[in-house]
Amino acid sequence: MNVMLRSRASRWPQRLLRATLTLVAVAFMLAFLLLPLAVVFAEALAEGVQALLSSLARYEALSSIRLTLIVAAIVVPLNIVFGVAASWAMTRFEFRGKALLGALIDLPFSVSPVIAGLIYVLLFGAQGWFGPWLAAHDIRIIFAVPGLVLASVFVTLPFVARELIPLMQAQGSEDEEAARVLGANGLQMFFRVTLPNIRWALLYGVLLCNARAMGEFGAVSVVSGHIRGLTTTMPLEVEMRYNEFDYTGAFAVASLLALLALLTLAIKTLLEWRYGDDLAAHAPGGR
Amino acid sequence: MALAKHHRVLPGFGLSLGYTLAFLGLIVLLPLAALAWKASGIGVAGLLDLLAAPRTQAALKLSFGGALAASLINAVFGLLVAWVLVRYRFPGRRLLDALVDLPFALPTAVAGIALTALYAPNGWLGGAFDALGVRIAYTQLGVGVAMVFVGFPFVVRTLQPVLESLDREMEEAAESLGARRSQIFARVILPVLLPALLTGFALALARAVGEYGSVIFIAGNMPMRTEITPLLIVQKLEQFDYPRAAALGVVMLGFSFVMLVALSLLQRWSRRWAEPSS
Amino acid sequence: MKVKALLVLLVLSAMLAVGVASARTITLLNVSYDPTRELYQDLNRAFVAQWKAQHGDNVVIRMSHGGSGTQARSVADGLPASVVTLALAYDIDAIADRGLLAKNWQQRLPDNASPYTSTIVFLVRKGNPKQIRDWPDLIRPGVQVITPNPKTSGGARWNFLAAWGYALQQPGGSEARARTFVHALFQHVPVLDTGARGATNTFAQRGIGDVLLAWESEALLAQSKLGKDRFDIVVPSVSILAEPPVAVVDANVAKAGNRAVAEAYLEFLYTPRAQDIAARHFYRPRLAQVTQKHAGQFPVVETFTIAQLFGDWRKAQAKFFADGGVFDQIGPGSQPAR
Repeated sequence: MNVMLRSRASRWPQRLLRATLTLVAVAFMLAFLLLPLAVVFAEALAEGVQALLSSLARYEALSSIRLTLIVAAIVVPLNIVFGVAASWAMTRFEFRGKALLGALIDLPFSVSPVIAGLIYVLLFGAQGWFGPWLAAHDIRIIFAVPGLVLASVFVTLPFVARELIPLMQAQGSEDEEAARVLGANGLQMFFRVTLPNIRWALLYGVLLCNARAMGEFGAVSVVSGHIRGLTTTMPLEVEMRYNEFDYTGAFAVASLLALLALLTLAIKTLLEWRYGDDLAAHAPGGR
Repeated sequence: MALAKHHRVLPGFGLSLGYTLAFLGLIVLLPLAALAWKASGIGVAGLLDLLAAPRTQAALKLSFGGALAASLINAVFGLLVAWVLVRYRFPGRRLLDALVDLPFALPTAVAGIALTALYAPNGWLGGAFDALGVRIAYTQLGVGVAMVFVGFPFVVRTLQPVLESLDREMEEAAESLGARRSQIFARVILPVLLPALLTGFALALARAVGEYGSVIFIAGNMPMRTEITPLLIVQKLEQFDYPRAAALGVVMLGFSFVMLVALSLLQRWSRRWAEPSS
Repeated sequence: MKVKALLVLLVLSAMLAVGVASARTITLLNVSYDPTRELYQDLNRAFVAQWKAQHGDNVVIRMSHGGSGTQARSVADGLPASVVTLALAYDIDAIADRGLLAKNWQQRLPDNASPYTSTIVFLVRKGNPKQIRDWPDLIRPGVQVITPNPKTSGGARWNFLAAWGYALQQPGGSEARARTFVHALFQHVPVLDTGARGATNTFAQRGIGDVLLAWESEALLAQSKLGKDRFDIVVPSVSILAEPPVAVVDANVAKAGNRAVAEAYLEFLYTPRAQDIAARHFYRPRLAQVTQKHAGQFPVVETFTIAQLFGDWRKAQAKFFADGGVFDQIGPGSQPAR
């Protein structure tokens, strides 16, 4: 563990190398990640805290916040169940087509958000496969909350599974097998052995899934219908405000989303710091 | 041998796989089938015509070329950042580590507006670059900047665990045998990192190719120059040309899927490679 | 005394209860394009109050705004619009093509079903440093023009046709001349935003370009919202009469049972009250009396219509903006004009 502290590592050319690499890395991240974030907050506060707060208190902003929370509250549990089930199947059993399944789970990462929205329009839109049937039974999917949920589930589908699969792979199944041999039933094994083993990775996956579900723009934009106060989520509200020349308002809502992103990252960092050893013990390949 | 035992000892194979397949089927496969079905409306000849159009070719070239360049940049700097985060200790390291996930969490539209504000000629960075005669916003460079932003976390996050688990004894052994640092890096470290690096590269690439929300604000959207493929899809939709929009979607999807299958195989290969004993 | 007061109270509350019970709530969804947000906020308030006063029912009008073409597609895909108020007639034609409203929708209301109009003007930076006076100045060397993409923006199509119509009507004007002029014009366009509002933001916020081609209503709004000291408006010698149309979506109101309110809502747009609101939001009213009242705001400009130069919107759309059409042939990224 302490190789880098050895005397050899502290010879000056290596120190120089280290300092240079660190500086370059920090500079890159500042330019590409921190500055855009700073812009958001700077613009939001351009007219002062009062203006920021009052533009957040508007009815449209509040309803978009509520809708975003509702969508996330449905999307995240759906993807938790899927993520756990998929990881269990992927890491505990061998079967044909596993590589294909792995690729399918990752697929939504790489589907353009525009297409992610379009596919549900093609299915549930008035001119889509199920459109006429849905219309006849007066069921709304797109341009309503179910459509927003579907599009968000699609884009956030891989997050939980991707966190869990490498971890569960690295952990192996000895613990669970032992539990079975000792007479635990399936549920006992899952809640007493598997879940405690994966909880931190699961939580991390949930945090990312949640952040993305709340922040998704492209896919949601296609299926939203943009009905103000009814089907506009926070990212859509940002765009609308921006298009109304209400820059402070746009960045106010945006800064709320950015705060959320930061909060997510802070919770994650806190967890790592607080339970660092626990996490390290279960990190992929870190047994 | 041991695998066969898993089937008997561990429960839930049918349930978990069944649920996974059902959920994937409903949420991913069925809608994508609708896409493919819609795309089939233009036929093979229609598809070839579409792909032969200069506009389409320019857009595909920009989407894939830009994503490739952005992912290469991400591979280099992602490796660097991962290395620095794992190997070095310095003040603010945890903060930096947390920042890596920002592009996952920040809404793409917000990222697009912020990047444009930053890199436009009257923005904080754009002004400086403009003085040097370099335009970023509303050029292909701008497209690249947005693509770097969205793809960055993938490389770092796939490399980090591997770097952490890297066996330092090999490095020490190489060093005691008189190898230079550059040799150690090229011969000992890089080969072990390569699978994860490729994985991160491929994920970043796939993500950048399809990106819409953040690119659209900064691109300038000029046909033949800064028009990305997803925008072309949107334009087809505006004209109610669903089949061609879907066809372009299928083309992009096909590429992504091939990448991801390759990636999945790569992961399995790298696992076997990393644990030759088991 | 006490008993009497109680009685009065009882009667009053009974009346109130009856009143509440009989006041229905009727919901309308108005699917509109981007630049009408502020306009319809005020129009809706006025209509809701008027309907409440005349009929006692509560009307809730929900709004959806976006690019005109995108909005039309959403309605075709099932967005339950009671009325559509879009940027150009072709977008409503496209909805009619899918059977959601009668094909003769444009004859069902006066003035081509366009209760208010606008025209295309130039927004330039304060003091007009590039001395832009008329269309030919746009293609002088060193002038950068901002317009959104006609493929994705209704406003941009009006811009395109305004430029085309100008060139066509000049002495010696011809299709070939118009082609050359518009081709040259797009050589001066550095950024093509997807929507009118995006283009305005690029011009105003990012400081790109010397002149923004915009709806007159947008130019006046940008001036009043973003600062009179930052921009001037230049009115060209000749421009197009932009007629943003409105229509009731028959299939949707039949299903929701709110046709009467939806029709009254659109007819309301032609009343002096609504026309005055439109004028205050920088749209040119149709009623002469209202126009006179706001004469100072709207400079006299010679305009031509779609019908005069291009037949109708279907023909214009097919000729200029469909895939492989004139815009694809001579727009940005095309080969030099042949």
